[in-house]
Amino acid sequence: MSIFVTPDKCVGCGVCVGSCGNGAIEMKDNVPVFDLEKCIMCGACVQACPCEAITIDAGKSAADDLSAYKGVWVFGEQRDGKAAEVVFELIGIGRKLADDRNTDLSVVILGDNIDEAVEKIAAYPVDKIYVCKDKSLANYDAERYCKVLTEVVREYKPEILLAGATTTGRSFMSGVAINLYTGLTADCTGLAIGEDGLLQQTRPAYGGNIMATILCPYTRPQMATVRHKVFPISPKRESGAAEIINVSPKAELLTSRSEILDFIADMSEKVNIVDADIIISGGRGLGCPENFAVVRELADEIGAAVGASRAAVDAGWIPYAHQVGQTGKTVCPKLYIACGISGAVQHLAGMSSSDTIIAINKDKNAPIFDVADYGFVGDVLEILPLVVKKIKAARGL
Amino acid sequence: MKICCCIKQVPGTTEVKINPETNTLVREGVETQINPFDLYALEEAVRVKERMTAAGDPSTVTVITMGPPQAEDALREAISLGADDAVLLCDRAVAGSDTWCTSYTLACGLKKLNADLVFCGMQAIDGDTGQVGPAIAVHMDTAQAAYLAEISDINGSEMTARRLTEEGYEVVKVKLPAVVTVVKEINEPRTPSLRGKMAAKKAQITVWSAADIEADVDKVGLKGSPTQVVKIMTPPGRGGGDKFEGETEELADKLFDTLKTMEVI
Repeated sequence: MSIFVTPDKCVGCGVCVGSCGNGAIEMKDNVPVFDLEKCIMCGACVQACPCEAITIDAGKSAADDLSAYKGVWVFGEQRDGKAAEVVFELIGIGRKLADDRNTDLSVVILGDNIDEAVEKIAAYPVDKIYVCKDKSLANYDAERYCKVLTEVVREYKPEILLAGATTTGRSFMSGVAINLYTGLTADCTGLAIGEDGLLQQTRPAYGGNIMATILCPYTRPQMATVRHKVFPISPKRESGAAEIINVSPKAELLTSRSEILDFIADMSEKVNIVDADIIISGGRGLGCPENFAVVRELADEIGAAVGASRAAVDAGWIPYAHQVGQTGKTVCPKLYIACGISGAVQHLAGMSSSDTIIAINKDKNAPIFDVADYGFVGDVLEILPLVVKKIKAARGL
Repeated sequence: MKICCCIKQVPGTTEVKINPETNTLVREGVETQINPFDLYALEEAVRVKERMTAAGDPSTVTVITMGPPQAEDALREAISLGADDAVLLCDRAVAGSDTWCTSYTLACGLKKLNADLVFCGMQAIDGDTGQVGPAIAVHMDTAQAAYLAEISDINGSEMTARRLTEEGYEVVKVKLPAVVTVVKEINEPRTPSLRGKMAAKKAQITVWSAADIEADVDKVGLKGSPTQVVKIMTPPGRGGGDKFEGETEELADKLFDTLKTMEVI
């Protein structure tokens, strides 16, 4: 691995010196000189250079025949035989990527009683569905799913493999990428095919303060988990049919060192805030746990899920599963209503990519108003009950 | 039981700035911290150690990180919070590693430590990937469980735990050795004790190079990483929209109308 300057391109501006986080660059005779003891080959200077004069040669090339890999695949995540909503979003963007690459779109699904899910998926514009059925695959198990999907990918060699950035997708796709020695980009919010035919994977980092575009140039498949609710659900197919390919996983792939004993659904309220189209969140401004009732009431009226700021969760007002933000969940619903939430950066990191944001807060200088499309400066405890009353009146209740 | 906890030193805030001239992250003067999720992982590691030791199985917690020499600060802090010793994987060869190479390098170190149980935070607040923990399990060929919210039972050969998923909790039994990642709900981390602070000051931090952990140099660093970051940018700010002030009644009317226009009512 080496880093070097092309002197003909360098104009001696010195921008690279300031870009280096490690103090590894010095200008000598108007040309940057790299201190290789300090340089970590991070590439910051390569990007900073306005003249494209700096090159890092990773000494890499493809080890495999990449042209053997064809097609775009979507992981057909299911629970209890029901396909997850994100699968249909992935079919939408996957179809576009496949068309741009002039190739097929397939879904690969693992499970047991999944005929219904397969049938539902087949109604969408996918070319093939790879079905791996076994009793032991009925429920998600990281080890089993990892081994089986690795094997199927090795056999059928897709060029691109997408999964939802769910707790399932995020935890086992990583292992698949390890087994295949290929790249996996987490939680993508943008996917496109570049001129060079590579998948450009764009994702937020640093709590959404940075967007990074990532490539996987030398290995296949190019793998990404994709954030829920970013891409629209695909329209259904207009014609044709999906080819079903049954794959029987080998017995030795179906072993695991863990087992599911029980599943405790959170029945208390709609807690899966990541799936919700509308989220109403409460924060410290509610004053006490009882006042969450005000938020819940409006949530019930408009079919929203209830979220919370870290302050409310840490105070023990509402369980952690509801927490939105850096140490909680990242959500991007169609509508996010922040009630009594000041909008600390950590909270904004988890919700600022929502389509529309409404904020209600007493403090007109609260940072939440900087991201809100509609800001209401007032007491949430007074405003919300009035709104609920109006809704009920409008419905003739 | 040999318990290990992986930690990452991250910027003190994610409010990072990009230098508009150079289009790179401004790193100067940025304070660091232990990744918040790793504090829960560390606390749980120390609690399991205390549980196992009380049950007659003398156990230790070794905290491990990969990073530059400065990452030693994070390791010392971890010792003040209850870890017994610390390992820093520090080698220029591993710089620029993506999640594949990071997990590989950590796994090499953890193998050398003969870890029975490895704790990681669910993700780091800078990279936000959540991929390294589960990947370590695959590199080490152990059992795994991600997003743990509770360890209800543990002995020398297996544990029973609750995983937080989108729809609720999954109760799983996991054989050891295992790699697990934890969510914030699992515990409330302790603050450093005076004894812990003293121990942190005195501690001898073990520093291992890639060669020490027998890592294949072709599988680490920028060279070994399958992914390449080709562009970074700050997303366009949303900017505030309409802001309404006034009487409660007026505001409620306006909010009602807004919701109605959006067809949520």
